[in-house]
Amino acid sequence: MELDARIPAGPIEKLWDRARFDMKLVNPANKRKHRIIIVGSGLAGGSAAATLGELGYNVDCFCFQDSPRRAHSIAAQGGINAAKNYQNDGDSIYRLFYDTVKGGDFRAREANVYRLAQISVEIIDQCVAQGVPFAREYGGTLANRSFGGAQVSRTFYARGQTGQQLLLGAYQALERQVQAGTVTMYPRTEMLDLIVIDGRARGIVTRNLVTGEIDTRIADAVILGTGGYGNVYYLSTNAKGSNVTACWRAHKRGALFANPCYTQIHPTCIPVSGDYQSKLTLMSESLRNDGRIWVPVKKGDTRPPDQIPESERDYYLERKYPSFGNLVPRDVASRNAKAVCDEGRGVGVTGLGVYLDFSDAIRRVGENTIRERYGNLFDMYERITDDNPYKAPMRIYPAIHYTMGGLWVDYHLMSTIPGLFVIGEANFSDHGANRLGASALMQGLSDGYFVVPYTVGNYIASNKFELVSDSHPEVRNAVACVQQTIKKLISINGKRTVDSFHRQLGKIVWDYCGMSRNAEGLERAIQEIRELRDEYWTNVRVLGMGEELNQSLEKAGRVADFFELAELMCIDALERNESCGGHFREEFQTPDGEALRDDANYSYVAAWEYRGYGNPPTLHKEPLTFEYVHPSQRSYK
Amino acid sequence: MRLTLKIWRQKNWNTPGKFVSYPANNVNPEMSMLECLDVLNEQLIERGEDPVAFEHDCREGICGSCGFMINGVAHGPLPATTVCQLTMRHFKEGQELVLEPWRAKAFPAIKDLVVDRRAFDRIIAAGGYVSVSTGNAPDGNAIPVSKEDADRAMDAAACIGCGACVAACPNASAALFTGAKITHLGILPQGKPEQDIRALRMVSQMNTEAFGGCTNIGECTAVCPKEIPLEVIAGMNRDYLRASWRERDKLVTTIRPFTEWSTGSKLKIDEHASS
Repeated sequence: MELDARIPAGPIEKLWDRARFDMKLVNPANKRKHRIIIVGSGLAGGSAAATLGELGYNVDCFCFQDSPRRAHSIAAQGGINAAKNYQNDGDSIYRLFYDTVKGGDFRAREANVYRLAQISVEIIDQCVAQGVPFAREYGGTLANRSFGGAQVSRTFYARGQTGQQLLLGAYQALERQVQAGTVTMYPRTEMLDLIVIDGRARGIVTRNLVTGEIDTRIADAVILGTGGYGNVYYLSTNAKGSNVTACWRAHKRGALFANPCYTQIHPTCIPVSGDYQSKLTLMSESLRNDGRIWVPVKKGDTRPPDQIPESERDYYLERKYPSFGNLVPRDVASRNAKAVCDEGRGVGVTGLGVYLDFSDAIRRVGENTIRERYGNLFDMYERITDDNPYKAPMRIYPAIHYTMGGLWVDYHLMSTIPGLFVIGEANFSDHGANRLGASALMQGLSDGYFVVPYTVGNYIASNKFELVSDSHPEVRNAVACVQQTIKKLISINGKRTVDSFHRQLGKIVWDYCGMSRNAEGLERAIQEIRELRDEYWTNVRVLGMGEELNQSLEKAGRVADFFELAELMCIDALERNESCGGHFREEFQTPDGEALRDDANYSYVAAWEYRGYGNPPTLHKEPLTFEYVHPSQRSYK
Repeated sequence: MRLTLKIWRQKNWNTPGKFVSYPANNVNPEMSMLECLDVLNEQLIERGEDPVAFEHDCREGICGSCGFMINGVAHGPLPATTVCQLTMRHFKEGQELVLEPWRAKAFPAIKDLVVDRRAFDRIIAAGGYVSVSTGNAPDGNAIPVSKEDADRAMDAAACIGCGACVAACPNASAALFTGAKITHLGILPQGKPEQDIRALRMVSQMNTEAFGGCTNIGECTAVCPKEIPLEVIAGMNRDYLRASWRERDKLVTTIRPFTEWSTGSKLKIDEHASS
């Protein structure tokens, strides 16, 4: 299979203009005759649904939550990047492009990243116009802050709830289209399969989570904006419902899955406290702007932090990376936290934690200013841990937060199945091997508001669509597959709960394919995942029936897909004999412990083809070329 | 810790529900309320009993999915906290916790602690937005917004749509929810052009749903996990009153409430004069 990214020729600044001009247009009067399915209602899916509805298409939008406003984009705290250069500090589209390619450790596609940087400025304008209450300066202009890994202030924010406000903006635009009759919203409805007819995506099979009804929806194009797969680790900062099922079932229908091993560990989360723990809580990395990260110099130092004198503290990020200090990118900050904890210098009961200390900042700018900047985060920390971060340093530890890998898409954000588009975190396209802070919101909205509405139109205008009836063999086949899986899961009636399997799977993936990986561990992980999966299909217990609200059944289907994904992640991590971004292979590091890339052999996107249950997947490579940003060893020293 | 969980169990909307008591031994005080239910559900499944259905997603207090009454208080005893972030250390050894769903006619029961809150979506669909299509925006700094206005708008915009306000209100009114959106958009210059019609439409929709009227009791703001201030209701009433006069000849559309799940959000629109 030849992977054609469909990037137009020409200078990078002109590519998107060129591509848009080359696209075919759908006659405005014909748009309502074309149905477009969107799965997911977060920043990507919600903004795409709203925009395609505004354009006049007949849009059906599906989400598993009770309302589109619940999508997990809502939990993003810190902000959204845009190359506005409002602060006059030397930012530009080119610099945002450069930072993103470099931050992604030279494993992203230049053309996509450049487009993202270009569109970033329009996103802010659109969101302001929608009434997103961004933080403002006293003069009434938009406020900015700098954010992990950037040396310019290009991050726009709404307190610590930027994702919420951007999502509500998209949600409101979506509801406006619901009222206008262009979008039909299907909440509490989960996509369980993709319908592919004559090689093109033509619809989906859904399960109504309230009634259990299995239904089909036929359309001319299908867009997945279903988010990332971080919950494969069980413990992550993702919402409990976040899952890979829509993407994975599309993968099994022929969409290639790219770079599954690129997962991001967020450095600032509240450490795990016990076995019952159901999720990890993120503390925005904007905290690193004012907080200083340290551990005791001595191993096993159990004194309370205020009794450890300055000379016996190791501000290890400031020591090792003097020019970026506490603001190094996420992968670097996370790995260093793990390293000091592995040395036995971690803090807290479990020894898996480092201090994030605000005492200097409070001395410098006062407690009130700190409260204004981070008040809600400090309150949240205190609610969960019972410690007051104004008085004692926070304890933090890295946690899985974002997945850069996802379904392979070309420049049009179309997967290897024609008519299946993938947007936001669900695709692999813009962040390479590591995402910079405040770039996820940017990408979700860029894809949804400004990219896919054009490219889907082009696809629709370039193709003819025959009517498909519910009795088409491919439709019936897809429905039968879904029903069979549900029946099977309910009929096993084994001894163990879905969560107990999920927790065990998550631990395997975290231990062997988490913050650092090695060949031996990955091989062991693949073995253990297979064994556990076999046990799952003979010993899981799902009570109740399919024809009702059955939360265990929902989880059971999702965990079944996580098993298969977990194996592919390990296969991908094993195949990539280099370290890059979030993928750190212990065998490949510089003498001082930094990630060692191998550009000569691994400068490609690894896109995997599903070959049936139990068969090894086939690897397809999309070579990456860098004409503008020259690959270099990332250095934040 | 040892606690007793007395939980409302209801198979579906047309089967009557009842309370069932479950002992919860070995509760770790660091657990959240929802993790306590997770542990109970694991035990129920192992015993072959139907686990308790409850709504949850982000578990960090922002998605608005979770929420139920604990001993008669929406989201439980801790101010400004959703049940997902409510840790068990706030309860006493041996305490009985009575968990029941939001009870309001506008929120039909689905199962156990899960209710249908789509009425909130319909209130937003009625007018809770700025009518600006993608691509239509001037530069973000073209219209200055004072910091005070941005902050006040943000205070109102922080609403997570959980429904605690409705559940806590003796009238089951949605005034705090509706007022929060009307206030958020009404303060900002971007929301001004539609301020009148927005208030008319949203309030009309709120009245069409089975919510009760507001009698200024203030239970809503007391339980609100985001501490949305009561003044948003005053703002809503002011906007509505003014709009009712200014726009007295305008037809206002409302969406007919529906409870079925099979048809998505296919809306039936009614038109009526605003009076």
